[in-house]
Amino acid sequence: MQPAQSPPMPSGPAPSVITAQKLTKRYGALEVLRGVDLEAHEGEVISILGASGSGKSTFLRCLNLLEVPTSGDLTVLGERVRFRPKGDGLRIADHGQVNRLRSQVGMVFQNFCLWSHRTVLQNVMEAPIHVQGRNRHEVRDEAEAALARVGMADRAGYYPSQLSGGQQQRVAIARAIVMQPRVLLFDEPTSALDPELVGEVLKVMHDLAAEGRTMLIVTHEMAFARDVSSRIVFLEQGRVRAQGTPQALFRGGMDERFDQFVSHFMRQG
Amino acid sequence: MDWPFLTRTAGELLCGVPLTLRLAGTALCIGFLLAASIAALAQSRHAPLRWSARIYVGLFQGTPLLVQIFIIYYGFGQVEFLRASILWPFLAQAYWCAILALSLNTSAYGAEIIRGAIAAVPRNEVEAARAMGMSGFLLQRRIIWPQALRHGLANYGNEANLLLKATSLASVITLMDVTGIAYRLVAKTYRSEEIFTIAGMIYLCLAFVIAVCVHMLERYLRPGGRV
Ligand SMILES: Nc1ncnc2c1ncn2[C@@H]1O[C@H](COP(=O)(O)OP(=O)(O)OP(=O)(O)O)[C@@H](O)[C@H]1O
Ligand SMILES: [Mg+2]
Repeated sequence: MQPAQSPPMPSGPAPSVITAQKLTKRYGALEVLRGVDLEAHEGEVISILGASGSGKSTFLRCLNLLEVPTSGDLTVLGERVRFRPKGDGLRIADHGQVNRLRSQVGMVFQNFCLWSHRTVLQNVMEAPIHVQGRNRHEVRDEAEAALARVGMADRAGYYPSQLSGGQQQRVAIARAIVMQPRVLLFDEPTSALDPELVGEVLKVMHDLAAEGRTMLIVTHEMAFARDVSSRIVFLEQGRVRAQGTPQALFRGGMDERFDQFVSHFMRQG
Repeated sequence: MDWPFLTRTAGELLCGVPLTLRLAGTALCIGFLLAASIAALAQSRHAPLRWSARIYVGLFQGTPLLVQIFIIYYGFGQVEFLRASILWPFLAQAYWCAILALSLNTSAYGAEIIRGAIAAVPRNEVEAARAMGMSGFLLQRRIIWPQALRHGLANYGNEANLLLKATSLASVITLMDVTGIAYRLVAKTYRSEEIFTIAGMIYLCLAFVIAVCVHMLERYLRPGGRV
């Protein structure tokens, strides 16, 4: 498929940021993804929902090649990711391309994954300086601005171990946005947090969405997905079972399995 | 207590300290470089390279250091091509034979320490770095090595301590380190208890100094430890 290169027409859709086609992923005999298609356009906020084990994380990790799909096509930021066949799967053909794409695709993990040997500020400054090769002074200002955005400016000199989970996750978000990524991937960013810390992280994500950033979010926060996303994608057993606007899906009656899934969550509280 | 004898003995034994430290220090440095290379081999993508690293480590950990010293000092002289090689001026000297044996021996243990230290770097932190576009040498230099260093330092300090004491075996191939001098004095005076006690105390002091240095370095490297 040709990457969307023409400038966005006033009437036409926004350009595609990530396009996955017939993505499959197998671990030995276990088929985790069974042909997932998804096109994320600029400015979209897509929540990926699904039961545990439905392949949400695997799918998200395929998008920045932390997992290499077994088959399928992937286009990121207009570049088709180059694979070469290996056994009955695929292998990355061009690591330079993958590193370049990864530096423009931000990722926020469930477990924060801050570098424990560096301070908050160093965590945020690391990749812009060493991956993007940007000027240290310039990066410092931007890092401080990013920390201020997530409300962590006053913790710049702390080490990750000295922060609460919610604080660590907000730093991780600052670390991602300071790269000026074209798209942000979130893998259950609030699942490892104590309930009272979930709100502060969701608020930051809410602000990012309001800025018009392109985001793909794997989450179990139903209310957040309903209120913030422009589109919901519901995965079941490695397939897109249903998708649509939150209004359409949460109204009920569109997909019976989705309704079951949601009512299950609501019952759990 | 024969104080004049004790102080005289201590004075003579202390003359061996520079050689003891030179043996330990040189072997530590050469051994570390070897160990890092072997640890890199042990991580290699190619099975034969991984195996050769395993075999190397197994060989040197599985045989006594004393035997290794004897093989290098007495055995290498029997090998024709070594006698003819440019290395012979070194291998003909007991000092370099001791350095070689100590370096090879400590490198096998060091390689295991380094391998363990690298394995202890949290995988998800490495993954986060990859997700930001880091890879290869940059990833090693900025994320893996700094963390591995912190983790491995205490173990490596322990190895340095063992190495320091292992240098005493060099005395059996005629080197006049602290233990070598102690032997000579015992042969002359037959007062082995006093002489070896003083020698032991000298090693104890050296080991203590090493432990303090390692501890200080550890504190300096600990995240948040720099006050
Ligand atoms: N590296 C791996 N090796 C083998 N199996 C794996 C691996 N990673 C994931 N799986 C399996 O793939 C399936 C899907 O995993 P995945 O993490 O994508 O699910 P998920 O939808 O994110 O679930 P959760 O909500 O629990 O995070 C699971 O059955 C899991 O055991
Ligand atoms: Mg998951």
